Amino acid sequence: MNTWSDVWGFPFGRLTWDALPVMDIFKADGRTELLSGITGTAAAGMAVLGFVLVVILITVKGWWRPLWSEWLTSVDHKKIGIMYIVFSFVMLARALAEAFVMRSQQVVGHDGGGIVMPEHFAQLFTTHGTIMIFFMAMPFLTGMINFAMPLQIGARDVAFPVLNSVSLMLTIAGGVILMVSLVLEPFSTGGWTGYPPYTELSYNPGAGPDYWIWAVTLSSVGSTFTGLNFAVTIYKKRCPGMTLMRMPLFTWTSLCTSILMIFAMPPLTIATALLALDRYMGFHFFTNGGGGNMMNYANLFWLFGHPEVYILILPAFGIWSEVFATFSGKTLYGYTALVIATMAIAVLSFTVWVHHFFTMGQSANLNAAFGIATMLIGVPTGVKIYDWMLTMYRGRVRISVPMLYAIAFLFLFTIGGLSGILLANPTIDYQTHNTLFLVAHFHNMLIPGLLYGMIAGYTMWFPKAFGFRLDERWGYRAAWCWIIGFMGAFFPLYVLGLMGMPRRMSGYFTGEWLPWTIIALGGAAVILAGFLSLIVQLWVSVRDRKRLAVPVGDPWDGRSLEWGLPAPAPEWNFPALPRVEGRDAFATLKASGRDLGPPEDGFEDIWLPKNAAFGPVIGALGTALAFTLTWHMWWAVLPLAALVPLVIIAQGFRRNTEKRIPAEEVRKEWRAFRELAARTPRVPRSSEYTRDNRGHAIPMAQEAAR
Amino acid sequence: MNQKTRHPGLNLGPKHQSADDQAETEVFGFWVFMMSDAILFGLLMATYVVMRPNTNGGPGPQELFELKSIFIETMLLLTSSVAIGFSHLALKHEPRPVKMVLWLLVAMALALGFVGFEVHDFLKMFSEGGTPQRSGFLSAFFALVPLHGLHVTFSCLWAVAILGQMLVYGLDDRVKLSMVRLAVLWHFLDIVWIGIFSIVYIGGLA
Amino acid sequence: MSAADEKRREARSYLIGYALALALTLPIFALVAWDLLPKVAIWWATGVAAIVQIVVHFRFFLHIRLKGQKQEDLHLILFTTLILLLMGGGTLWLLWNLHARMM
Repeated sequence: MNTWSDVWGFPFGRLTWDALPVMDIFKADGRTELLSGITGTAAAGMAVLGFVLVVILITVKGWWRPLWSEWLTSVDHKKIGIMYIVFSFVMLARALAEAFVMRSQQVVGHDGGGIVMPEHFAQLFTTHGTIMIFFMAMPFLTGMINFAMPLQIGARDVAFPVLNSVSLMLTIAGGVILMVSLVLEPFSTGGWTGYPPYTELSYNPGAGPDYWIWAVTLSSVGSTFTGLNFAVTIYKKRCPGMTLMRMPLFTWTSLCTSILMIFAMPPLTIATALLALDRYMGFHFFTNGGGGNMMNYANLFWLFGHPEVYILILPAFGIWSEVFATFSGKTLYGYTALVIATMAIAVLSFTVWVHHFFTMGQSANLNAAFGIATMLIGVPTGVKIYDWMLTMYRGRVRISVPMLYAIAFLFLFTIGGLSGILLANPTIDYQTHNTLFLVAHFHNMLIPGLLYGMIAGYTMWFPKAFGFRLDERWGYRAAWCWIIGFMGAFFPLYVLGLMGMPRRMSGYFTGEWLPWTIIALGGAAVILAGFLSLIVQLWVSVRDRKRLAVPVGDPWDGRSLEWGLPAPAPEWNFPALPRVEGRDAFATLKASGRDLGPPEDGFEDIWLPKNAAFGPVIGALGTALAFTLTWHMWWAVLPLAALVPLVIIAQGFRRNTEKRIPAEEVRKEWRAFRELAARTPRVPRSSEYTRDNRGHAIPMAQEAAR
Repeated sequence: MNQKTRHPGLNLGPKHQSADDQAETEVFGFWVFMMSDAILFGLLMATYVVMRPNTNGGPGPQELFELKSIFIETMLLLTSSVAIGFSHLALKHEPRPVKMVLWLLVAMALALGFVGFEVHDFLKMFSEGGTPQRSGFLSAFFALVPLHGLHVTFSCLWAVAILGQMLVYGLDDRVKLSMVRLAVLWHFLDIVWIGIFSIVYIGGLA
Repeated sequence: MSAADEKRREARSYLIGYALALALTLPIFALVAWDLLPKVAIWWATGVAAIVQIVVHFRFFLHIRLKGQKQEDLHLILFTTLILLLMGGGTLWLLWNLHARMM
């Protein structure tokens, strides 16, 4: 019996009661340990409470069946996109809370002590980084692309709808593992980069790094499939006339991001897989002895990690391009230059990874080469900034909520970019390496660059997804909180970095640092208020959805195809595949008084993919495998691993995977939409944020002529 | 449709119009996946080259590798690649799938022979103290070469699954598309093997 | 071109590919088996033969041509080659550089 349990880890592997955070309270010795235990227990309690509340809500409302049949098994790209974004908001809430705890610790942890122990602090910065990159930013942008890109190119869905669902479920599986690690501790203490030796067996034999390995592996496999799916969609599923150089810029940046995902995710998969081999089977890739070479881990990780930051930023650049053009009432300035700049950034991003470890000890010549390559990326990025400013020039600029974010982005992102050019110089990097200066730099790129972009896109496309606008008053409040909060929280970190404060410190004894950490904590509180404003905004908007409704679907006088569809768009997107005659496809149609629909006799039957349980099943298997591997429950690992190929083979035997939408139904819906549009008055841009805006815009050209 | 507007490489030709139309998207998607996989193999090869000197006092390539066995494996896999090519030709041009299945079985037999020889190699290495836990060099070897072997094994499993689908549904569009993708995978794995035998084996034994 | 012609042409393509692949593989194994050249020379010969053989496989087994067909797959392969060179070459440069400096 004993050997059965030892060898096969039956039933709970190495999982013991000690994994519960509440045990830290019982075992606490001293004030900080006690507070640390309480913090951990409160976090776990909130996760459990949230889960239970959601389950009760769904049960009481009787939503289980629709949740399964209309959402989880859906392969509709729009619904998958929405699920990605919901997921990323949940993860954002947790990671923001963690950031707030860390900022607090750096204030109260002055002169030692504080509210979390160093081990606990290390878990916090690890989960914060891992979540923000893999489970907030990636799902957010993937959701945006999923929702908008097929609409922009006039497609019915992505190229591989079921694979799309698999990607989503693998990403969620990784997120679930992170949430479980909150309740069954510990998580990794090795940072979001998971560097050995911190994550090697000899330094950390616990479950933490294993949680990290499997969560990240699940998400990276999901992202590889996502990249493949999007790239093939853009290559093969464009509607007639939509040539590459007519695609909206968001689609262009989506293409570049997908290409980066295809080629940059494998190095991450390799890095985590080799680390797993070290930890599980005693290989010697990154170990100190036995002929291992841990420097190769930094190399492999950043071969992924650097393209990754462009995976994150490029879709946001695409959203900015749409925002600047739409809310300036002008066509985009320098379209070709923006396309070329995007491609240049994508290719250059593969040539700069060494700048993440200039101090590892390679020769000055090698560092210089990568430093120069890094500075080169500033050139195409600068081109973009100028193009956006020139798009605003002589436009009819409306300071809408997305535009407010966009203008803040122009200023703040440029500051962040300049600090990046400083860091690209190896000699300066030696001074600032591993200090808060670096932390300030990348938050300065990712918050105003990526996150503002995503929130702007969310504000802009929300009416297309749900048929009503987001309440503007709370939108402005959230935007100002995010902008001011960001500056308050991160500009002090530049100062602290130059004063020599290292990153990832849970305690310090240098009095001069304290005032700056207090300012940063204040900034973090304002950011938190910004996030809460977003939640309130959602609540208020759902409550007032009648007042904010835009059923005709074009609330912002949009320029690309998606704005010509009803809001929310039907499952089949387009009543007939549109024919595109130039850039700004919908703006052109609007100007000549046409809509996206075909002539009366032009409707045909539409074939759409049926729902599939394959994605959720793979996601569930992935979660279970990751959990049992982490806790060494070998008896469960083997059958689960064997199930994966069986499920895939079974999926191969599926036939009749498509359903028919009769032409008559499509015709009826589109006719109803045309009638609705005909009786809805058109509004000028001055009424954009009033209840008169029912989504029927006067095209800017006509408005200007009046 | 004009040949020039067709997707290149392995295609099904005008006799299988509906499947060939879908292949435009499906096979291109599979190519993209293969290229992503190529990055995996490329990085494992680079890692192997870097870790090659780290024998940690343990056995090196000269003691562990056996040229004869590698030669047989290379020939088996190359011939199997040609066999899958003929299977594809039979699918494209023959009215009935008999020849296609026969050639596929030949290709599978050769590929399984390859895997068998590989397993024999590994067991021999184990018996001489060449386990992956012994040194960084052997870790890198056992991450790269068996991964390729696993790919070959799973290709065979996929082939069995396709044959199973054929038994149930006959030679329908899904089966044809799977056959094209399987052929792409098969040729791709042979290309990876060129890299492996050149870098790992010839490089180690020369 | 009739279907029978095309079939014959395609079958010939595989056989040419097979012959070329053998012609590029067998001498390499012979070099190693009988130690016909110094080590470094064998490495060079192997490297060249491997690259040529990869091209042969793409051309004769996977039917990727430079002209006369859609270019997407060719672009994909070339871009992958570029990325592989950047990543693989960069890895070797970096880690050998570090190795040399630790000696």
